[in-house]
Amino acid sequence: MTPMAAKRMRLRGMVRKESLQILRDPSSIAIAFVMPVVLLLLFGYGVSLDARNVPLAMVVEQADANTASLIGAFRHSEYFDPRPFENIQAAQKAFDLREVFGIVWLRNDFSRRLLSQGDAPIGVIVNGVDANQARITEGYIQGVWQTWLGDFARSQGVELQVPVVLEPRIWFNAAVRSRNFLVPGLIAVIMTLIGAMLTSMVVAREWERGTMEALMVTPIRIGEMVVGKLVPYFLLGMGGMLLSVAMALWQFDVPLRGSFWALTAASALFMLVALGMGLLISVVAKNQFVAGQVSIVITFLPAFILSGFIFQISSMPYAIQVITHIVPARYYVAILQSLFLAGDIWPIVLSNSAALLVMMLIFLGLARRKFHKRLDA
Amino acid sequence: MANTAALVFGAVSKTFVAGGMAVQALDAVTIRTEPGRVTGLIGPDGAGKTTLMRLAAGLLAPDAGSIEVLGIDVVKQPLLVQSSVGYMPQRFGLYEDLSVQENLDLYADLQGVPKRERAARYRELMHMTGLAPFTRRLAGRLSGGMKQKLGLACTLVRPPRLLLLDEPTVGVDPVSRRELWGIVYRQVRDEGMSVLLSTAYLDEAERCDEVILMHQGKQLGQGTPASFSEPMRGRSFHVSAGSIGKRTLQGRLSAAPGIVDAIIEGEQVRVVTAQGGMPTLPEALAGIEGLDIRPAEPIFEDAFIATLKGGQAAVTQPVADLATRSVAAATDDHAVIEVKDLQRRFGDFYAVKGVSFRVQRGEIFGLLGANGAGKSTTFRMLCGLLPVSAGEVHVAGLDLRYAAARARGRLGYMAQRFSLYVDLTVLQNLRFFASAYGLGRARARQRIHWALDGFELVEYANVTSGDLPLGYKQRLAMAAALMHEPDILFLDEPTSGVDPLARREFWQRINALAESGVTVLVTTHFMDEANYCDRLVIMAEGEVLAEGTPADMKARFRNEQTPDPTMEDAFIGLIEAHESAQQGSAA
Repeated sequence: MTPMAAKRMRLRGMVRKESLQILRDPSSIAIAFVMPVVLLLLFGYGVSLDARNVPLAMVVEQADANTASLIGAFRHSEYFDPRPFENIQAAQKAFDLREVFGIVWLRNDFSRRLLSQGDAPIGVIVNGVDANQARITEGYIQGVWQTWLGDFARSQGVELQVPVVLEPRIWFNAAVRSRNFLVPGLIAVIMTLIGAMLTSMVVAREWERGTMEALMVTPIRIGEMVVGKLVPYFLLGMGGMLLSVAMALWQFDVPLRGSFWALTAASALFMLVALGMGLLISVVAKNQFVAGQVSIVITFLPAFILSGFIFQISSMPYAIQVITHIVPARYYVAILQSLFLAGDIWPIVLSNSAALLVMMLIFLGLARRKFHKRLDA
Repeated sequence: MANTAALVFGAVSKTFVAGGMAVQALDAVTIRTEPGRVTGLIGPDGAGKTTLMRLAAGLLAPDAGSIEVLGIDVVKQPLLVQSSVGYMPQRFGLYEDLSVQENLDLYADLQGVPKRERAARYRELMHMTGLAPFTRRLAGRLSGGMKQKLGLACTLVRPPRLLLLDEPTVGVDPVSRRELWGIVYRQVRDEGMSVLLSTAYLDEAERCDEVILMHQGKQLGQGTPASFSEPMRGRSFHVSAGSIGKRTLQGRLSAAPGIVDAIIEGEQVRVVTAQGGMPTLPEALAGIEGLDIRPAEPIFEDAFIATLKGGQAAVTQPVADLATRSVAAATDDHAVIEVKDLQRRFGDFYAVKGVSFRVQRGEIFGLLGANGAGKSTTFRMLCGLLPVSAGEVHVAGLDLRYAAARARGRLGYMAQRFSLYVDLTVLQNLRFFASAYGLGRARARQRIHWALDGFELVEYANVTSGDLPLGYKQRLAMAAALMHEPDILFLDEPTSGVDPLARREFWQRINALAESGVTVLVTTHFMDEANYCDRLVIMAEGEVLAEGTPADMKARFRNEQTPDPTMEDAFIGLIEAHESAQQGSAA
């Protein structure tokens, strides 16, 4: 048999063995297919960063046509669920009990000042415990107020004395649905899970069960062992990716504005980075429990927190922003969000892909170098 | 090339650093084995056998010295060596979630066996190992003996020029062991293979062409088994006495000057003397009525013990008296342990099916069987650690189904693996167990003192338990199990992995305990240890095959060919009878 034929035979043997083991092990199927579905459902339906139907206390000290019109404006907004209160004390009590998220306070001189000065201060209190929600709510209240004030001025036959009028346009995600950016970002988390965590544990398992020792005393080369391990998990990870994309498009109606092929290519690249990390961890850890813990801390959590998947990187402290550069998921999330929501923005796709390519070479290279056919090295 | 040595080690040393302590695993080992022979690597745990195997397989690099395998320098060309040898690690290297056939396919692919040659080779291997009916079964569902044979088949899928087998027979039943040896010799004969095989069973030395004796990283000798045992001629004796028990006789003999070793073998005591001839026995021994001393055929173990002890007395100090009180003599003939039709199911698998036996007070009672025979499961039920699926268990007169906790207060249990806290010191472990058993302050102090003294642990009192040598760990575990002076002591595989010297010492302690009235239940897969028991049951596949004294068991298999059957012969006879009965009922 020629050396090439022998090499092919060894590779095929490894790939077949790994594939059979994946099929026989319910936990790897669960991580590859059940976990993505659970995470997608959780983030697609459960987690929402939008303000919608926010309960708002409306305190009107002196009711008249003008206050009724303003409250009507709030009622018509899909963002608010206004609830009338007699006085500020009662409203505050409800606020303390978290029955309402904010208070809009119209004092008894509201109509008088509105008519005499064309403008009147309204009191706004929002719960700042969740800063994100507070900012969004505050903005929406401002929006309703400005719009109503403009309408009011026009109805009085005067142009409103506002120096600059903001007319916001929201691009890429006009409906401002947080789902649209959470779901694509989640694909990065899911692929990290399959690529790094699953892989790190299955290689460590061979060390633990003593099969690695038998494997090493065969003609197999380290490179063949690495490739033989990577191929099945690469395919498994790409399967998880396709499943996630399908759910994003058809279950959550997230648009895919870029090309599918660019998405597949970038995902394949990121998959190799994740596999490289997993392999490196398991070569060093050699124990399933340690490998699992390490991969959660150094791959899964950063993919969750530091990738820009939920938390905007540009609003992080500078030091943390610097750290995010070594998180591979960061580059992939940037690509995903562009491809899904904006389209084929090649400068973003290509520059981030280049970063992924460098990381892939580093991780796979390190794993290959650290992986010896020796027990004491 | 024909005369290239199979394996050459030139002054090879290897040190491991573990927990800040350097352990010298191999110390300037120099060996040379000729091709086409079976070489046994014999020595207790910690002798460096596995390290030597791994070095030969290129899995480790030596700190110093040179290694050549089949004329190839392993350090320079490990891959070439790995392509020429077959290596079976201790756990057989099987994928338990793959079937027998899939395991074979994998190794055939890795070893580059051409497709057209496979069918014939598979057929031959499956026939040889008897695995042919099980090719579709998952490897994890095979019995220990079958796993071992599958591991061997995978290593042999492309006949290697050198076969390295690391403790292939540990914990495997004697029938499978015998079959494995058959396969190994067939490979040597048919394929001209060279074999290096390590084992902790001293009786297997006799089956090798050549033996390398190892102890604590040092090589003590190399030669044919006879070259070890022959010089012992005139130093090995069988001693028996009609008037006193064999255990008492053994105790007295091992304390006698000029005697290196005294062990129970069958119904007599095997004695190895420091010099040729029997030394003059002290008064107490010489006067025993019916004392009979006859020269015995020397065996490898005699040489092993004599070499290790280097002519010292049997035990440097007599084992301190362990008995602190004598258990009240039995006033009735009620059994201390009574097991009736005991069953344990795991799903639809019967780990124990219909086991019954009775144990009398002060007896040493053995459960003998291979790994997976149901010994440990039976034990755990007797200790109240595992609920009984069906049947009755009475321990110390208490029904375990209703009074497990009270029964547990009366018994001590030493688990198969070292189950003490490895990061506590010896003293801290003993204190913990004293409080766990609820001993009062004064009594705890007294018992800890007793344990340190009686088990010679005083100088190790402040050593972290994990760092103790294996033999001392076992002493500590036994001391902990005895802290509350139990009436019954359960020992699960106490001597597994312990070197022959520590095993001897251990049995002396057990004898002393039994003499003081403690009932001892012990499981073992060492056939020769069955001789230390008063009575025993032999188990296989969750069933009791036979119950009786060791002499009874062996007597059943006495015939023309084997006038003096060993325990192993009896065991194999029982297993074979059991299997043919099963086939008979299945047909």
